[in-house]
Amino acid sequence: MNINDLLHIDPYSLNKEEKQNVLSQMLSSLTKHHYNNCIPYKKILDSSGFNPNGNYNYTEIPFLPVRLFKLYELRSVDKKDVIKTMTSSGTSGQAVSRIYLDKETSANQTKVLSKIVTSFLGKQRVPMLIIDSEAVIKNRKMFSARGAGILGFSFFGSKRLFALDEEMNLKIKEIQEFLKTHKDERIFLFGFTFMVWQHFYKLLLEKNIKLDLSNAVLIHGGGWKKLISESISNKLFKEKLYNLTGIKNVHDYYGMVEQTGSIYMECEHGHLHTPVFSDVIIRRYNDFSEASVGEYGIIQVVSVLAGSYPGHSLLTEDEGVLLGEDNCPCGRKGKYFKIVGRLKNAELRGCSDTYAEKF
Amino acid sequence: MLKNFNITDVNILVSKERDFDKFLQNTSLEPFSDKVIDFLNDLSKAIAKDKRIREFPDVATFGFYCRKANIINLEKKYSFDEINLGRGVVFHVAPSNVPVNFAYSMVSSMLAGNINIVRVPSKSFEQVEIIINAINNLSETGKHNDILERILLVRYDRQSSATKLFSSVCDVRIIWGGDDTIAEIRKNQIPARSFDITFADRYSLCVINADEYINEESPQKIAHAFYNDTYLFDQNACTSPHLVIWLGEGNNVEKSKEIFWDNLYEFIKAKYIVQPVVAVDKLVSFYSQAIEMPNSLEKTVSLDNLIWRIELEELTENIDEYRCTSGYFSEYHASSLSEISKIINRKYQTLAYYGISKDKLEKFILDEKPNGIDRIVPIGRTSDFSLIWDGYDLISVLSRRCEVR
Repeated sequence: MNINDLLHIDPYSLNKEEKQNVLSQMLSSLTKHHYNNCIPYKKILDSSGFNPNGNYNYTEIPFLPVRLFKLYELRSVDKKDVIKTMTSSGTSGQAVSRIYLDKETSANQTKVLSKIVTSFLGKQRVPMLIIDSEAVIKNRKMFSARGAGILGFSFFGSKRLFALDEEMNLKIKEIQEFLKTHKDERIFLFGFTFMVWQHFYKLLLEKNIKLDLSNAVLIHGGGWKKLISESISNKLFKEKLYNLTGIKNVHDYYGMVEQTGSIYMECEHGHLHTPVFSDVIIRRYNDFSEASVGEYGIIQVVSVLAGSYPGHSLLTEDEGVLLGEDNCPCGRKGKYFKIVGRLKNAELRGCSDTYAEKF
Repeated sequence: MLKNFNITDVNILVSKERDFDKFLQNTSLEPFSDKVIDFLNDLSKAIAKDKRIREFPDVATFGFYCRKANIINLEKKYSFDEINLGRGVVFHVAPSNVPVNFAYSMVSSMLAGNINIVRVPSKSFEQVEIIINAINNLSETGKHNDILERILLVRYDRQSSATKLFSSVCDVRIIWGGDDTIAEIRKNQIPARSFDITFADRYSLCVINADEYINEESPQKIAHAFYNDTYLFDQNACTSPHLVIWLGEGNNVEKSKEIFWDNLYEFIKAKYIVQPVVAVDKLVSFYSQAIEMPNSLEKTVSLDNLIWRIELEELTENIDEYRCTSGYFSEYHASSLSEISKIINRKYQTLAYYGISKDKLEKFILDEKPNGIDRIVPIGRTSDFSLIWDGYDLISVLSRRCEVR
C-alpha cells in the first residue's frame, strides 16, 4: 500500500484490522526513511534503543513531542528541496513549530485534504465564504497555520469571498450580495472556530442581521480554548448558529500544522473521525501506554503523509478520549474520539521559576 | 495603617498601626541578641500550637528551627571579638514558589541584627498564612514590640512600584529566584553603599559510593532520604539533585543501581503523581539530550513516567543544561570523585553524598578547587536550611564590624 492506493478508496472504509496492517507497514517504512535521512531523528531512536529495521505494529513506533519542532530543525530532505516551511501560529514571542515540506509531501497533503473534505462536501466545487480576512494569506513565504488552512480549503471553492476586511469588520453588503447571487447553490463556509464565533456569529447577532445559510456547510477548526473560556460548547455553538442562520451542516475538525492534510473531521453525530491516512492513539499519563475506550489521555497522532520531516508519529499536548472504533452510528469506519482540551500547565514546588509566575 | 507610605497596592501583612519613616529609623541590633532569640522561641511555640502544621512538614521544620536551643547551638559557631551590628535595612525578595523560604531568609537576617522588609510569595500558600498568623498572635501579646517593629512583611504583585521604593532604602537586598527574576529586580537602584545577595538558580548532584551502598541494611531509608531531596520539591528546588554519580566497583554499581531505584520506585509510586504535561516535558528533555549530546546516552527503561533515568556513556561539561523536573535523572559511573571536577561550574550548589567520608570530600574540594559546589551534605539533607547558604555566611555578610582600637 502507498498513499496513492489509499487515495483510491473511501477515506473511512478500512476496518480496524485492515487499517492496522496498512498503517503498520507504511509508518514502519517512514520510520526507516527518517532514521536514514534525519540525523536528530536517528539519535533519538538510537538513544531510545529502538531498532528501525524491525517489524512493528504502528502503535509501537516512538512518538516525538510536537514541542521538538519548536526546538530543532527536523527534516529528512535536503534544504534545497524544501518548497514550503509551515509554522504554527504561536503568539508573538513564543517559539513556533517549523515544518519543512518538499514538493511530494506538500502535494500529498493537498490530495488527502481534498479526499477527506469532498467526502463531506461533495466532489463539486461550490461558492465559498471564508470567515477571515485576506490579509492572513498575503505573506506566502511563511505559512502560518491559519493561512495554510485557508489556502488548503480554498481548493473547494468555485468562487471565494473573504467575509472580513483587514480590520476584521464583517463585509455585510458583499456577503449578502454573494448569497443572493448563489441563492440556490450549496455554500461552503470555512473559518477558524474562534473567528466564526467572534467575528461572524456575534456581529450578526449584535447587528441583528439575518442570513439564510440553511443550504450551507460550515467547516471550522483551530480549537475551542477561547470559546471554552466563554462557556461555549460545541453543542451550543451549533445551536446558536442554527437559530440565527438556519445552518444545519456544521463540522468541526481537529488538525495541526505538524500534520497538515490528514485531518480529523467531525461527523453528523458530533464525533471526530480518523481517516485511513492517519490515526489517534490515546496515551495514559503515567506510562504512555495505550488507553482504553472512554479513558482520558494524551493524544498521539500518526500520519502517513509526513515524508519530508519526521512527523509521522507525534505526541500532542492535547487531552482526548477514544469513543469507539468502526462502530460510529454515522457508518464511517475507523476510530472516533473527542478532544478534552490542552494539557494544564504544570504547577511545581521548588525554587527554580521555570513555570512559576515571574516577578 | 502604615503612615508615610503611599503605595496603595501593597498588602501589609502584620497589621498594626505603624509609620514607615519610623520603621526605617530603627537601630540595628547585635547578632544573636537575646531579644531576637526570645522572639523566635515564642514564634516557635506559636507555630507549634497551629494544628495545620501536621499537613505542612516544612512549616513544622521551620518552627523547630526557631526554638531557643537550636539558635543557641547555631550561635556557638560564631565568636565576635569586636563589636558587630546588623547592616541596617535588609529587603528580602522571596521566591514565588517556595512557601517557607521567606521565613528562613528573614530569620537569618534578624539573627544578624537587621531591620527587615520581607516580600512574601504573591501566590497564596497556607504555609505562609500559618507563619504570618503566628507572628500576628505574638504581636497581640505586646511582648515583642521591640522586635516586631523591625519587621515589615508585605505582599504585592510585580507591577507595583514597591520594589523600587524598598530597594532605594535598603542596605542589603536579598533576591531569591531565577536569573530573569534577579535581572528584573536589579533594574531598581539601591544606594551606593548597599549590595545584593542573590540566590539564583543552581544545579545539584548526588554521589553514591556503591561499594558502601551495597551493604546498606535499610535501602528504604535511603530511598526516603533521596525522595526528600528531590520529589518532595518536584525536583525543582536548587538543592534537588539532577545528576547521580556512582562510584565503586562495576558489579557493585550495577547491583546498587537496581536496589536504589527499585526502592525509590516502591517509595514514591503511591505518593507521587507526575503531572501530564511534565510527562511530556520528560520526553522532550530526553530527546533534546539525545539530539545534542555528542556521545550516546541511553534511557534505562522504567516502568512508567515516575522515574526517568538517562544513562550517560560520557560525562560532558554541559550536563547541567539537560534537566527536567519531577523525577528525571542523568546517571554516570565515574572512576573517581576527581573525575567529576571537570563538569563542576559556578551553577553547582549542593552535592549530596552516600558512603564517602567527610575527609575524602574535603580533600576533593581542596585538591580540585572547583568553581562551584557550596554545600556537601549527606543524602536526604539537601534542603536543610543553614546559615551558610550558597557559599555565604549569612550572619557575617549581613552584619558589620566596628573596630575600636
